[in-house]
Amino acid sequence: MENSFIVRDCTLIAIATGLRAQNLRELRNRIREVPEACIYYHFWGGLLRAKFDDPEFPNDFASWARHAIHDKRLAERLAIINPMDFENLEDLRRELLEVIEERLDELDLPPWVEADQQFYFVRSQIVVFNTGILIRDPREFTDRISSFSLGSIFYHFIDARRRHPMGIDDFSAWFETFDGQYEDLVRAVRSIDPYFTNLFELRNELKAILDGHFRG
Amino acid sequence: MAEYLERYRSIVGDAEIDHLKQLARRLRGIRAVHVNSTREGGGVAEILHCLIPLKRALGLEATWEVIEGNPVFFDCTKKMHNALQGNLTAIPAAMLKEYEETNRRNFERLEDVLKEADIVFIHDPQPAPLLQFCENRKGKWIWRCHIDVSRPYRPVWKYLRAFVSPYDASIWSLSSFAQTLPHPLYLIPPSIDPLSEKNIDLDPPELEEAREKWGLDPDRPVITQVSRFDRFKDPLGVIEAYRLAKEFTPLQLVLAGSSASDDPEGAEVLEEVRAARGEDPDIHTLLLPSDAHRSINALQRLSHIVLQKSLREGFGLTVTEAMWKEKPVLGGDTGGIRIQVFNHHTGFLVNTPEGAALRIRYLLRHRDRLREMGMKAKEFVRENFLITRHLREYLTLMIAVTHAATDRIELDG
Repeated sequence: MENSFIVRDCTLIAIATGLRAQNLRELRNRIREVPEACIYYHFWGGLLRAKFDDPEFPNDFASWARHAIHDKRLAERLAIINPMDFENLEDLRRELLEVIEERLDELDLPPWVEADQQFYFVRSQIVVFNTGILIRDPREFTDRISSFSLGSIFYHFIDARRRHPMGIDDFSAWFETFDGQYEDLVRAVRSIDPYFTNLFELRNELKAILDGHFRG
Repeated sequence: MAEYLERYRSIVGDAEIDHLKQLARRLRGIRAVHVNSTREGGGVAEILHCLIPLKRALGLEATWEVIEGNPVFFDCTKKMHNALQGNLTAIPAAMLKEYEETNRRNFERLEDVLKEADIVFIHDPQPAPLLQFCENRKGKWIWRCHIDVSRPYRPVWKYLRAFVSPYDASIWSLSSFAQTLPHPLYLIPPSIDPLSEKNIDLDPPELEEAREKWGLDPDRPVITQVSRFDRFKDPLGVIEAYRLAKEFTPLQLVLAGSSASDDPEGAEVLEEVRAARGEDPDIHTLLLPSDAHRSINALQRLSHIVLQKSLREGFGLTVTEAMWKEKPVLGGDTGGIRIQVFNHHTGFLVNTPEGAALRIRYLLRHRDRLREMGMKAKEFVRENFLITRHLREYLTLMIAVTHAATDRIELDG
């Protein structure tokens, strides 16, 4: 009981901030001032909202650069920013600003978009709840992971990185508490790149790793 | 009541249904009242018809009230609707007086229900002033705006803003629609009910019967636009697109709509459409009763392509309905259509009758692409725009507004 894994679930709701940008300079200025929650939402929120798969541009800033201001060079540079490389959202914000500043230096006139193509800054509120499910042995995951809601996957695999001091997911953090018994499993779970995927695929990938580990 | 929810399990999966139950446990017994201005006709009424029973099935005490008004009131709110969508429509002071008076009368009728509710959802501008009459309210009041208010006619928005600012929160379909207000602006796109008469699967014999009833030739493709007869839906542009495409390919056009009790402009627009149709026997303009959901369902299913060539659009639930029926959609490049229609994936965004005609010709020439896009469209709706997702977001919002306004709400136990 003491070392059980408590399965939690979550749901996100988006909140408009009323802040918007119509050109690249405005985008830079807004990014400086928006709450951290906006940076988080525009990098990770896509996993839990209606969005047509566009793996080429995994964050909203890159997608806007490509589809609204039609700056392919900037879109590519923004798309490659991996939010998992940064210890916190302030560092991620700084990198984002760095890339945009660099592009602004290269351009004589920052490109504008029509009014209905502006970048709208959104933040989210997360509601977390206990599902009442306890997992006592890592082996149990193999049977149960498929029935995890996408909210649970998001909470334990994505949101966990904001909560954990080491920026890691809840699954591998729990496996690590078994005194080195699951080192391979920990490594395999941590090797998953959650950035260019969706939550369905993440759940499948986790299941495949767990099946591979426990069922050979 | 619980069975009502279970019917959705085979469509959206176990995890989604269990997720809803988990969330609703925290809200059991809460009294939630929805108020709008029509019981039939239009997307809002359709959503409420399925949202209310689902909330009840999850243990909430959900009710739905409809405000009553005279023709002057509805003329005023129609003008307001148009002005909020950007038309330069001034509203006479006498009409605005009737608007406020109608709300006062409705508040007196609904006072007990509204004062006792834990959460009140007020839909659109028609009942927005109700809050100002509700002194010593107990619950949270939320204004749900279904309209595209991204570039409103400012004097009318300024007038309405005074009524909606004091709400505890508002809900908008898209971030681009949201106007700055002194409370949280939640973003929740609307949805369709896959089990409603409008969207449920229909047997082939029923479809054949409908085809015969509407006089549609089974050997020639059908393109359809289903919407109110409203200038923002650009029915005349649809007729033009049909005529341009018909020069190259045999075609039939259906323009089908119902009249909503809160839309006095509909008859005028229908006359314009009938005049534009002229003597063309392949243009079918159908004014259907507001409860003709099954007929609309059949028309959408009998179509090869569905159009929603709106010039302005809140969300465009007819787009969602058509996509659920595996139809690629040619949609106006505006509002909520943009988050549903993706070029070459679920349909095409079009800006002119010429653009629509071009895509009609393309899809009818490449039937394999048409089918492929239709299937993709259905799966996209399943994941994003069904009532269960909508309900999940409503439940989340209800939890959020009844807790501290922090970015993170932890409900343990």
